[in-house]
Amino acid sequence: MLESTEENPEVVALTVEQAIANLKHEDLSLRYYAAWWLGRFRVSEPAAIEALIVALEDEDYRTQLGDYPLRRNAARALGKLGNRQAVPGLLKCLNCSDFYVREAAAQSLGMLGDPIAVPALIPLLAGGVAAAVQVPGRPHLTQPYTAVLEALGSLGASDVLELIQPFLEHPVARVQYAALRALYQLTGDDVYGQRLMQGLESSDLNLRRVVLGNLGAIGYLPASNAIARASTESSFKIFALKGLLEHQLNPTQLDLSDAAIQVMNLMDSLL
Amino acid sequence: MTDPAQTQKLIHAVEQADSPARLVAAVQAIVAAEVEAGISTLIAVLGYNNPTAAVVAVEGLIHFGEVAVQPLIEQLDEYNYGARAYAIRALAAIADPRAIDVLLTAAATDFAPSVRRAATKGLGGLHWSKLSVEQRSAAVEQALQTLISVSQDPDWSIRYAAVVGLQALATTSHLKTQIESQLQQIIQTEPDQAVRARVRLAQQLLSAYLKIGH
Repeated sequence: MLESTEENPEVVALTVEQAIANLKHEDLSLRYYAAWWLGRFRVSEPAAIEALIVALEDEDYRTQLGDYPLRRNAARALGKLGNRQAVPGLLKCLNCSDFYVREAAAQSLGMLGDPIAVPALIPLLAGGVAAAVQVPGRPHLTQPYTAVLEALGSLGASDVLELIQPFLEHPVARVQYAALRALYQLTGDDVYGQRLMQGLESSDLNLRRVVLGNLGAIGYLPASNAIARASTESSFKIFALKGLLEHQLNPTQLDLSDAAIQVMNLMDSLL
Repeated sequence: MTDPAQTQKLIHAVEQADSPARLVAAVQAIVAAEVEAGISTLIAVLGYNNPTAAVVAVEGLIHFGEVAVQPLIEQLDEYNYGARAYAIRALAAIADPRAIDVLLTAAATDFAPSVRRAATKGLGGLHWSKLSVEQRSAAVEQALQTLISVSQDPDWSIRYAAVVGLQALATTSHLKTQIESQLQQIIQTEPDQAVRARVRLAQQLLSAYLKIGH
């Protein structure tokens, strides 16, 4: 998907009531779609939240490998809906046998912003970098390290820096970037921002896009010109600069800072 | 001066380039030679999926100015949105009002956000004075209506581009007062704080524009 950072399969028209009802439909593919749909269209009413929380424990939809596709989509949707009622269910998902359910739960817990999740995330880093190896026959590591590190950064887990720091040396670049992002958020130390910014020079286009996403998430202002010059599609650069801009805006103050204006000038130049 | 044989050689070098770096060098050579016969080749390069070469080609096309407008419109790539976005950026920068129909359609209906953003920005900055007086007010009004409609798009980046387009249109047309009240309406309802910030910047710039007496 070159044009948008938002997943965007063909959208089928549903009403909110239909989508909620479909979470219990006998056709499992309709359940799966309904869970995605509720997140995509930010349906945050209580009935939707409750039905999605129930879907986090779904046992009906299992793949041959024993995975839980509906739980994945429900966990992803709950992160977008901004209701902390979902936190206990998501915490349980961190122990699910399905890697992608754990990953979605860690991401959503980071988005929901409740620091109560920190103690439950820490065990996923157990064993440090030595344990963070690829699972034989599957395209992922033993744990969703990227999502866990990013969530710890978002949740302000500044008392576990020593657990995060070793991942700066992880062989997978995305994991390193997640550690840099978290450490910058937790310490504000420019060293981490500078190192993350160097990732824009990566020879891998997908990694450059990941770095843009991370720089936007931490609002790293010194990267603004490097972002505008980065060798990727303009959409990714505009989204990253938007993240920088949002960190420069003060909702209580109408005046725009010089930094905010400079970032907007760069965004204008990329339209 | 570049004679026809040399021009053919330059064009051939682009068509035969067998590495990204050679392509960039060949495109740079055409741009440096400034031969109009190379325009069509530069437009073709926009679809080669080599961003560095495409950026050089866009700069070259902008440098050609008016003479590149008709070829850019005729060679607009229906199938490759990346190429289309580069071409629209070139048309927007040249700002010749012959591109208005292409920009109006692209801003309102293109499926690719990058194309829509480029066209939306471009709609505000066309050189209206190149149109006859009779054509001018209708063209400006079409641009305004499309920008207002696009300013309600679900995609924040399109709405952001609409604000940039409206700001430009306010300074290139007689519609400044009308656009200022439009911006005031947008800021009341705009849900995204980055877009609201861009509206505030537009408002600041437009009020300063009045003060220096244009």
